[in-house]
Amino acid sequence: MCESCGCGQPDENVTFRKPGEKEEHTHSHGGVTHSHIHGDHDHDHNHSESREIVIEQNILQKNDLLAERNRGYFEAKNIFAVNLVSSPGSGKTSLLEKTIRILKDKCTLNIIEGDQQTMLDANRIEKAGAPVIQINTGAGCHLDAGMINKAAKSLEIKDNSILLIENVGNLVCPAMFDLGESKRVVIVSVTEGEDKPIKYPDMFQSSDICVINKTDLLPYVDFDVEKFREYACQVNPDLKFFELSAKTEKGMEQWIRWLQEKD
Amino acid sequence: MHELSIAVNIVEMIEDNAEKEKAHNVDKFEIDVGILSGVVIDALEFALEEAVKNSVCSKAVWKINKIEAKAKCRKCGHVYIVDDYFSPCPKCTGFGKEILQGKEIQLKSITVE
Ligand SMILES: [Zn+2]
Repeated sequence: MCESCGCGQPDENVTFRKPGEKEEHTHSHGGVTHSHIHGDHDHDHNHSESREIVIEQNILQKNDLLAERNRGYFEAKNIFAVNLVSSPGSGKTSLLEKTIRILKDKCTLNIIEGDQQTMLDANRIEKAGAPVIQINTGAGCHLDAGMINKAAKSLEIKDNSILLIENVGNLVCPAMFDLGESKRVVIVSVTEGEDKPIKYPDMFQSSDICVINKTDLLPYVDFDVEKFREYACQVNPDLKFFELSAKTEKGMEQWIRWLQEKD
Repeated sequence: MHELSIAVNIVEMIEDNAEKEKAHNVDKFEIDVGILSGVVIDALEFALEEAVKNSVCSKAVWKINKIEAKAKCRKCGHVYIVDDYFSPCPKCTGFGKEILQGKEIQLKSITVE
């Protein structure tokens, strides 16, 4: 059971791998053993007397504390850490590949890839030319701050660099888990519904940036960009948008500039 | 299903607190879940059934309190009850809001013997 980050994912299922590395069984969190309460028969107690104890503790506090530690680490090293969230099929990995190809000679990039099972995405990213570590979450549906802590250390990220974190493809669970990122980016493609922000308000509410991807397909799909933006702004009036096509690279320059300026 | 993660966290937190109190059994616990917390209460109930097994609270009864959400309008400062993130301010129809209450998930109390 995961004690250090508090996410509650069974940590024996979480693996960390760089491309080319053999799969080995590493635990994602420190080997803290869980102590159960055993009968202590040395002193008296009255079993029939029950008492209520007020706790009032945030259930995600372990994750939130670790996230703040990550944030401090990133700030101290001037690392711009971006948490990329989306549904499956938004073209997130393709956007990442294109971003790496354009940016790799201009600044230092590192990638953390979250995926439930496979190494496929990490292999694609490595081919594009950036150091990457894959976190396989197993049954877990999101990355958590403890995993990022460990992965970031393993990558030995240089000062003044950019760290792109591809979260597990899912618009529900990752919304609740702060990773200590500088900015959160939600990616949608025009092949999805315009009502995504209303269906997944937590994700849109907690994001800073919204990338609308696959705009090259707009003539062929029934996606009203204005309507989508209107919905998204109802959930989060501060949301900033980039409309682009990772495939044709139309609109990519604004996105790249935003990353470089680290705002 | 992040509710399973949440449920496991709740049980761990109960065990830590019970240990501090040198309690052998937890009879009851109460959880506050804000309606904007992103936790589906039915899913949490289901996950808790699993998570409490073989723990200090395996025989406990629990109560989940649904906490309503309150928001403060960023435009006019009006404080109002919200059911979601996207409803406008009833006074000025602005959408910008700061959530004051309703995002929390907390272990409120435990009853030990
Ligand atoms: Zn108002």
